[in-house]
Amino acid sequence: MPLSETTRRVAVISEPADKQHLGIALGATLMRDLNRMRRRPGDVLNPLVFYALAVSLFPMGISPEASLLAVMAPGLLWVTALLAALLSLDGLFRSDFDDGSLEQMMLCPHPLTSLAVAKVAAHWLLTGLPMALMAPVLGILLALPMNSIGVLMASLVLGSASLSLIGGIGAALTVGLPRGSVLLSLLVLPLYIPVLIFGSGAVQAAIMGDAVLPHLALLGALLAAALIFSPWAIAASLRISING
Amino acid sequence: MALCLEARQLGCERDDRWLFEGLDIDVKGGDIWRVDGPNGSGKTTLLKILAGQLADYSGTLRWQGNPLHRARAHFAANLLYLGHAPGVSAGLTPLENLAWYQALHGERGSEAQREAALSTMGLEGLEDVPAGRLSAGQQRRVALARLSLTPRALWILDEPFTAIDHAGVAALETQIAAHAQAGGAVVMTTHHTLNIAHPLCHIALG
Amino acid sequence: MWGLIHKLGSPKWFYQLSARLQPWCWGAAILLLVTGSVWGLFFAPADYQQGNSFRIIYVHVPAAFLAQSVFVTMAVAGLVYMVWKIKVADMAAAAMAPLGAAMTFVALFSGAVWGVPTWGTWWMWDARLTSMLILLFLYIGVIALRGAFGRRDSGARAASVLAMVGVINIPIIKYSVDWWYTLHQPASFTLTARPSMPLEMWLPLLIMVLGFYCFFIALTLMRTRSEILRREAKARWVQALIEEAR
Repeated sequence: MPLSETTRRVAVISEPADKQHLGIALGATLMRDLNRMRRRPGDVLNPLVFYALAVSLFPMGISPEASLLAVMAPGLLWVTALLAALLSLDGLFRSDFDDGSLEQMMLCPHPLTSLAVAKVAAHWLLTGLPMALMAPVLGILLALPMNSIGVLMASLVLGSASLSLIGGIGAALTVGLPRGSVLLSLLVLPLYIPVLIFGSGAVQAAIMGDAVLPHLALLGALLAAALIFSPWAIAASLRISING
Repeated sequence: MALCLEARQLGCERDDRWLFEGLDIDVKGGDIWRVDGPNGSGKTTLLKILAGQLADYSGTLRWQGNPLHRARAHFAANLLYLGHAPGVSAGLTPLENLAWYQALHGERGSEAQREAALSTMGLEGLEDVPAGRLSAGQQRRVALARLSLTPRALWILDEPFTAIDHAGVAALETQIAAHAQAGGAVVMTTHHTLNIAHPLCHIALG
Repeated sequence: MWGLIHKLGSPKWFYQLSARLQPWCWGAAILLLVTGSVWGLFFAPADYQQGNSFRIIYVHVPAAFLAQSVFVTMAVAGLVYMVWKIKVADMAAAAMAPLGAAMTFVALFSGAVWGVPTWGTWWMWDARLTSMLILLFLYIGVIALRGAFGRRDSGARAASVLAMVGVINIPIIKYSVDWWYTLHQPASFTLTARPSMPLEMWLPLLIMVLGFYCFFIALTLMRTRSEILRREAKARWVQALIEEAR
């Protein structure tokens, strides 16, 4: 240290944090979550394996008949994606809540809303996006017509982002509760229904040769609404949870 | 600018029970405040309120003369809060943990700085071990490394001595006294008998 | 204005005001419900298509209306509680939630019963019934979340946030379910979307709807009052009330 202990004075900083600093905080929070998950690949892989496993159960439970499966495929792929996304939600804020990092996030000069968005973005990059990428393979397992595979991926990319944002509200509300994960599914699944309807609707429309764009546009509108409202709801819920 | 955090008639009601009420506190540069009280008397809650973390209190809180909720960004830039849980993420290394703290406050910092801060806490050689593999005391030391890494005027410390060994306690006591000597302020709770060569102010709860 | 809001929000004041309002609400509710039921069940003409079974409408439609408006009211109460920290608003929200859930259940049950003569089955994925079912799950979520918190204040806040999130979602859910329903068209007509209803059929319906609302208000006042007494049990004015009652 350049100054000796006796001459060093502690000063109150007077300049406020500027906008550029927010970028640093958001980037670091995003990278931090990605880094953490990179070291625990199991947490990333489990929902994906669940997705694949659950989808492959349906032919055994219903019938291996390709024509029958193809009719149900859009719904099955979407419902299972919903459940897989739900499975990964509980961990979204849990470790930060337990180890006290969440308190530090609340006390930094930046709004909790934007930090929450960074965390949700990391969650989506590690669950929603990989699910959308692996969906074509699962579509083939369920005899989904080839012409709808692209729409399936597009709908999952758009829809899963909404799922992460809406699910973040439920995760934030239940993070302080001892057995929050069961309650989490009760809170979040009803809110997922519009995403499910427009998502599987897009795939069905693609199969039937109908216009796909209206469905995708509606999914986009849902995502926009979720982007506007959920960060506030997540931040408010985190404040409630931290309060005990 | 002189440091000043003042609380007037501060109270906190939880489910129709007053944890504490009518507290008048003036935290000024050079003060060390120690919050005393039995378990469940609201010590942690008081620290959280003073840190601006909880909004459901009665009375007024002012930072440098402005209401705390309006001076939030300015207050946050001068506050170092260490909670009951150390805030050290088990999946990250000590270096990464410190880098994230700095980034939260918009600082990029340098690896050398962070290594120096860790070594003052006696954590040489553990910089790149995931914090989950460190002992509770070592994790606490990672969090305490922030005291020298990110200079802040106001320290709010909730049980900072938890899980720290004798040598660490003495060093931390020295550090706290030096901070107050240099014009900083400390508000803390501890069950440990403080051995600090600096006058203490007390808040008794419960 | 500000003073008035806070005066209204004080539990004691609300308790006294509601004591005066309550008998009127009960009176209106009983009068309207009896009139509406007798008129609707005995004097209104039978439907040319559905015969007498259409009379379930006099329970189903008011219950469905109430189910939705209670959720909105609950969310508004939650907002008032969160923004102005008025405790009575939360007590009312807590008192309302089970009533709303019960109304949703009544609407679902009457819809199912109605389905037997109309569709020949207890359940049909009709757009209206589907939205009702989702609404029931939303209610259960709010009630469960409130109960899950150890601290009552936190539970109240969490339930308020969830109710507000739900109320933003209800129109979206309704719209998406309608969209889904029109794409699939499983049934040829819905229960209540009738082209035109003769005056002697819908007038009793209107009376029943009003009666249900009065009944709901009366019941909410009653439940809120007991909630006030429970939470303010240590307050001096409640102690004085107890002394008086002895």
